Amino acid sequence: MVGIIDYGVGNLFSLQSSFAAIGEACVVSGDPAVMRGCDRLILPGVGAFEDAARKLRESGLYELVLEEARAGKPLMGICLGMQLLFDRSFEYGEHRGLGFIPGDVAPIADFIGPDLKIPHIGWNSLQFRNESCIFKGVENGSHVYFVHSYHACRCEAYTTAVTDYGGTLTASVERGNVLGCQFHPEKSGSVGLRILKNFANL
Amino acid sequence: MITKRIIPCLDVRDGRVVKGVNFQGLRDVSSPVELAKTYSDSGADELVFYDITASAEGRRLFTDILCEAAQNVFIPLTVGGGINTLGDFDRVLKCGADKVSVNSGAIRDPSLIGRAAKRYGDQCVVISADVKRVDGVFTVFARGGRDNTGLEAVEWIRRCVGEGAGEVVLNSMDTDGVRGGFDLEMLRAVSEAVSVPVIASGGAGSIRDFVTLFKTLPRVDAGLAASILHFGEVTVADIKTALRDEGINVRI
Repeated sequence: MVGIIDYGVGNLFSLQSSFAAIGEACVVSGDPAVMRGCDRLILPGVGAFEDAARKLRESGLYELVLEEARAGKPLMGICLGMQLLFDRSFEYGEHRGLGFIPGDVAPIADFIGPDLKIPHIGWNSLQFRNESCIFKGVENGSHVYFVHSYHACRCEAYTTAVTDYGGTLTASVERGNVLGCQFHPEKSGSVGLRILKNFANL
Repeated sequence: MITKRIIPCLDVRDGRVVKGVNFQGLRDVSSPVELAKTYSDSGADELVFYDITASAEGRRLFTDILCEAAQNVFIPLTVGGGINTLGDFDRVLKCGADKVSVNSGAIRDPSLIGRAAKRYGDQCVVISADVKRVDGVFTVFARGGRDNTGLEAVEWIRRCVGEGAGEVVLNSMDTDGVRGGFDLEMLRAVSEAVSVPVIASGGAGSIRDFVTLFKTLPRVDAGLAASILHFGEVTVADIKTALRDEGINVRI
């Protein structure tokens, strides 16, 4: 059973529909006991880092995520949920993340070409780096859907894919049982469904 | 590198997809759920559902259809039509919309954009503008193209982006449904004025029109299409193949 952590940030309808479409059982809940009963967890998120980190703490799910991931349960962060896996973010100040993956979250403005629009919105291609089990059956160069203005950096050792936006942006990371996608697999057509299927079958 | 997007637009009334010519004389096309799935499977990058119903019953029917489509389509969905309050945002986001486009609602109450952007994020709020030349001035129209607001379009759109709109759909009423090509002059003026993605709407009549759009205006990010696709003369894949052959980056 895949547990989608509901801490009041973002729309979980599509994630839930995606798992239904690939025939994988999932549950959306903000109850720590329910999440403990799942054998893998998804940490979603949209919006601002500080706000999301605060909501995660206030909901009492921050400790749950720390404990479960430290105990070895597979955890996948999506979009802002991926950014929360890092040590710290520089989105409007400096904020602490969960600290599973060494690295920072910084504005993409410092990494991309001139005259490119921010946010980075739309379909961009994956360039694989370190191997990852979530890309089993996915071709290098496949397109996935991004919407973000910040990205993870100084995390090359854990980067499994990047994307080119007039400069290199981190698309996905993996460190042991903790994984993250900057893009939205639930909005990335058949490629995205394959990635979710791989995660569900880890 | 980021790709140019092709976005089929489904105008939904009383549970069916319809498409008009210059906003009038609506023709029945087909089932929105079926059509959404077909487009998604054939390579559409995103879908727009536009609710053109006025009645409360029609609205409920629209929301049900949206829910059903969203459960079967795994690409971004934008929903517009009848969005006047944060409650309307909630209603469609809960049914699987990823972005919400506002038009008349923002004209009536310009604070709607800022309030929605603060609650749901800029990426969720799309300003959709119906624009027509009046005495040579790009002028914004409200209520499905019926009311002249007297607002100058470029200034209005710039203001909406300043309030927090994360994307712009520019619909030229002068070229809408005529299928004689996109309104390049209007699109140039708007795409040079804002830094967020601009989606061209109104006028796509042939594959060539998309090639011309992206070749002439590299700052335009996406093209919207309705009639050209709904009647099956051209597929999304046909458009993308032609774009790729011309050296324009697309997702195939």
